[in-house]
Amino acid sequence: MVKHVLIIEDEPNIVEALSFILSRDGWAVSLHADGNDAVEAVQRKRPDLVILDVMLPNKSGFDILKDLRDNADTQELPVLMLTARGQNKDRVMAEKLGVSRFMTKPFSNADILSAVQELTLC
Amino acid sequence: MPRETLVGTRIRERRTLAGLRQAELARRSGISASYLNLIEHNRRRIGGKVLQDIARALDVEPAVLADGAEASLIASLRDAVGDRAGGVPELQRVEELANRFPAWSRVLNESFQRITSLEKRLAAASDRLTHDPYLAAAFHDVLSSVTSIRSAASILSDTAELEPAWRDRFHRNLNEDSARLAESSQSLVNYFDNSEDAGIGITTPEDEVEAFLQAHNFQIPAFEAETSSEEMIQVEAGKMRSAAARFMLESFLKQYWWDVQALSADRLIKAVAEFGIDPLQLAQHLLVDVTLVMRRLASLDENQIPTPVGLVICDASGALSYRKPVAGFAIPRFGAGCPVWPLYRTLSAPLQLFQTQMTYSGDQRGVYQSYAIAVPVTPSAYNQPPLLRAYMLIRPVALSKSDAKPRQQPENEQHTRVGVSCRLCVEVSCAARREPSILAEGL
Repeated sequence: MVKHVLIIEDEPNIVEALSFILSRDGWAVSLHADGNDAVEAVQRKRPDLVILDVMLPNKSGFDILKDLRDNADTQELPVLMLTARGQNKDRVMAEKLGVSRFMTKPFSNADILSAVQELTLC
Repeated sequence: MPRETLVGTRIRERRTLAGLRQAELARRSGISASYLNLIEHNRRRIGGKVLQDIARALDVEPAVLADGAEASLIASLRDAVGDRAGGVPELQRVEELANRFPAWSRVLNESFQRITSLEKRLAAASDRLTHDPYLAAAFHDVLSSVTSIRSAASILSDTAELEPAWRDRFHRNLNEDSARLAESSQSLVNYFDNSEDAGIGITTPEDEVEAFLQAHNFQIPAFEAETSSEEMIQVEAGKMRSAAARFMLESFLKQYWWDVQALSADRLIKAVAEFGIDPLQLAQHLLVDVTLVMRRLASLDENQIPTPVGLVICDASGALSYRKPVAGFAIPRFGAGCPVWPLYRTLSAPLQLFQTQMTYSGDQRGVYQSYAIAVPVTPSAYNQPPLLRAYMLIRPVALSKSDAKPRQQPENEQHTRVGVSCRLCVEVSCAARREPSILAEGL
């Protein structure tokens, strides 16, 4: 069965590159670009994994992650967080909120693929 | 060791440096060797002709033996070492150090001055890099472009058979992102090029307004004139480059203009001459609000009042909306100030006027008198708490730097140690600390 990744990211060219490499690897990819209704998008699309940017319009990735962890349906959902803010306090914050993996930009395609595969191993 | 008793020590050191025996120096100076021995052990005070004869025999100026190292050097060393050592027992021997090793002491002092200067620059740069919203956005832009370029380049390079449509899209993306990267990089370069002092340049609306106020020394003379009119607010605000800065300056100038109408500079200066810089007494005498007095005092030129004053204003969130620094008391350009400032205490006790003497924990170790109060800025409404604005007027207390100590406190006055902000404060064990200091603990 094809696994499903939801990319929540507002940079269109990064989204395009991520979509390409994940699709090529056999993933079903869906996209969302706004922070406001991101949690609803997750609940509606029910992905196997979420790739979540930190700096999103209207609502930060940290707030979205918190909402996901507060919800019983998405408590265990693997979330790979991407950020240009590589400060240690951001990493600590993400871990405190229950992130599955935290990666800083710029990342390599191979690292992303590897992280996605590891996080969705059952 | 008291300063005057060191003459003998200096004579002994000079004699030793000159390679003279005690008896030989005594002979050349026309005194007995036993008397010189007593002098050299600081057991006889000397001056006048004997001092001049010994100085001549040692080929130095009498003042070198009498005065030793310059007082400024000693004071400076005491300040510098005292700040860093936290009051080591050897601090009391700083005069002896400066007298015995004047050249080394000067080198040491210069090094301390250099460190202090670099600390200030580092603090300013760190403050900006940590809190400046423009820099955060610019770096985010650069990193996003680099991420996109790296991914696209990797796809183009690693994918053996890439469909022409995809290839074209990633080529287009590369082109777009490289142009965006060039633009954001150039923007960053311009930003730093424009910075005049340790990475501080005009980029944000707050910077623009602050630069305007500093250029005018926080005083708008045109508004003080009898011929001023409210239309001048728009003219001045219109000089701002950004709409946000225009809005902020217009708000400030409106308040300034109304303040001038309510309390002229001449009237305030006359009252200050009678009552000094005490906002409560001035307000009572002038029959005006104490916050009006604070704002108007901050708008006066240093030459118009006995001592300069600083002023900070914040809203109920603690965000600073007005910063007029005063000699030695730094105010952070970004982020919150020191949590111990009386300014913040007022927010939990509106309308209570706090008079607090503050010892500043920065490099200057100054003592400052502060007057702080929080007042409602919205009209009374049923079941609605008022919005508050807090003011803190800061006046340096005239004390010499080297022995700055708080004076005896009146019963109704408090005393507290304060800093700039946690990040730039050396008070490591402060209970209010919310983040490590870059000065005390390194980056």
